Amino acid sequence: MKYTPTVGEILQAKGVSRRGFLKYCATTASLLALPPSMIPRIAAAIENARRPSVIWLSFQECTGCTESLTRSASPTVEGLIFDAISLDYHHTLQAAAGDQAEAARHAAMEENDGNYLVLVDGSIPLANPGYSTIAGISNVDMLMDTVKGAAAVVAIGSCAAFGGLPGARPNPTGAVSVQELVKDKPVVNVPGCPPIPMVMTAVLTQFLTFGQIPDLDKHGRPLAFFGNTIHDRCYRRPFYEQGKFAETFDDEGAKAGWCLYKLGCKGPTTYNACATVKWNQGTSFPIQSGHPCLGCSEPRFWDKGGFYQPLSTGHFGSGATVAGAAAAGVALGAVAAAAGRARKNKYTKEA
Amino acid sequence: MNSVDEIPVRVKAAYGNVRPVLVEILHALDRLLDDGIPTTIDLASLPFGPGELDHLEETLGQGELVAQLDALGNSRIRETAYPGVWWIEHRNVNDEVVGRYLEVTRLPEILCSQDADIGAGRARLGEMFE
Repeated sequence: MKYTPTVGEILQAKGVSRRGFLKYCATTASLLALPPSMIPRIAAAIENARRPSVIWLSFQECTGCTESLTRSASPTVEGLIFDAISLDYHHTLQAAAGDQAEAARHAAMEENDGNYLVLVDGSIPLANPGYSTIAGISNVDMLMDTVKGAAAVVAIGSCAAFGGLPGARPNPTGAVSVQELVKDKPVVNVPGCPPIPMVMTAVLTQFLTFGQIPDLDKHGRPLAFFGNTIHDRCYRRPFYEQGKFAETFDDEGAKAGWCLYKLGCKGPTTYNACATVKWNQGTSFPIQSGHPCLGCSEPRFWDKGGFYQPLSTGHFGSGATVAGAAAAGVALGAVAAAAGRARKNKYTKEA
Repeated sequence: MNSVDEIPVRVKAAYGNVRPVLVEILHALDRLLDDGIPTTIDLASLPFGPGELDHLEETLGQGELVAQLDALGNSRIRETAYPGVWWIEHRNVNDEVVGRYLEVTRLPEILCSQDADIGAGRARLGEMFE
């Protein structure tokens, strides 16, 4: 097996000072949503980490996930690809094509047997494997062949994690998610349509730093980013508590930035980090732009009723229950906040 | 229309998310004075509405000391008008903000010369006499 330098060696070779390294560790802790008290432990781990080989498979997808990742700012994707991971196979980004590309995939699998990461975006069609093929190989065959020697599999985007748009009713291609096929390897789901770029890089950085996959929720999502709902962390939450709702997209409430619950916001039932990590280098996120959350990181979000139907009417059939749901939301928020504190305490103790 | 500044809608920046941070700083200052324990607050982990981060920065103001660090991109480390409360902003080589922290401490660790760097510098200086 070829020698792979540690991240500490790479940074040293580039003349990065210890201060620069501490800064790198501080931003990594922030990226991983870990408390700053973890920075010394992260520093020790990163110094000795070796960059993992990554094989990226694209199946029934729209390339939006790759678009999102290549706009990730922290660390820059170029930095991530060249310094932190060894991206050995990715249709869209690699120069090679056809047989050469497939040879690169097999070479990476052999050289890093048991240690490489497989990233998948897109769902896998089972109704007829011919619906989606690469180099004449069906998606399901390529997936099962590639994950054999993998350390872990990361399903990028709602299609790979839950079936997504191809899997929406009536699911003409018989699309399934990665976790429905891969049973003998750890599978991390990073859903979203697309996922937040920083969350994708954070999962890779977590693996690089600690050599293991992060703690996951019941849907296989990293708890660090999917542990709270959008609603729990929404800056408009104080208006929800006060019962101040926008009723239409152009009323006074909308202009004053009130809560979008009655306009169909799925924030209360959606677990993701948009409200704090935000998009476009931390500029904004849908609710900040005045639009309700669509709930794109939840399983089967396409089939959960209208995007502009309030959650309460969707489930109970009447807008009159909004007030009751709001009261219940306050109690739920308190539980989530307590859970968040407990998690932070746990990390603090480990440090 | 060429920029977001030309959009005529203005949102009032009053969401009430700044006050809890100020209270946290207050408690952190007590901890520093009473027990000597520093605190770091990662501002990226907190919800802020439009304009609220600017409001927090303005409220804390500017103190006596500003330092610039040039390592993997620029960083600005400055003491606010409240001694012991430091505003730290890290940028990457593309000048994008990659981290924003409030440190409640006497001197942020990143300002101290680090043993590894001191050792490397000592070796460089020593070469002049070999």
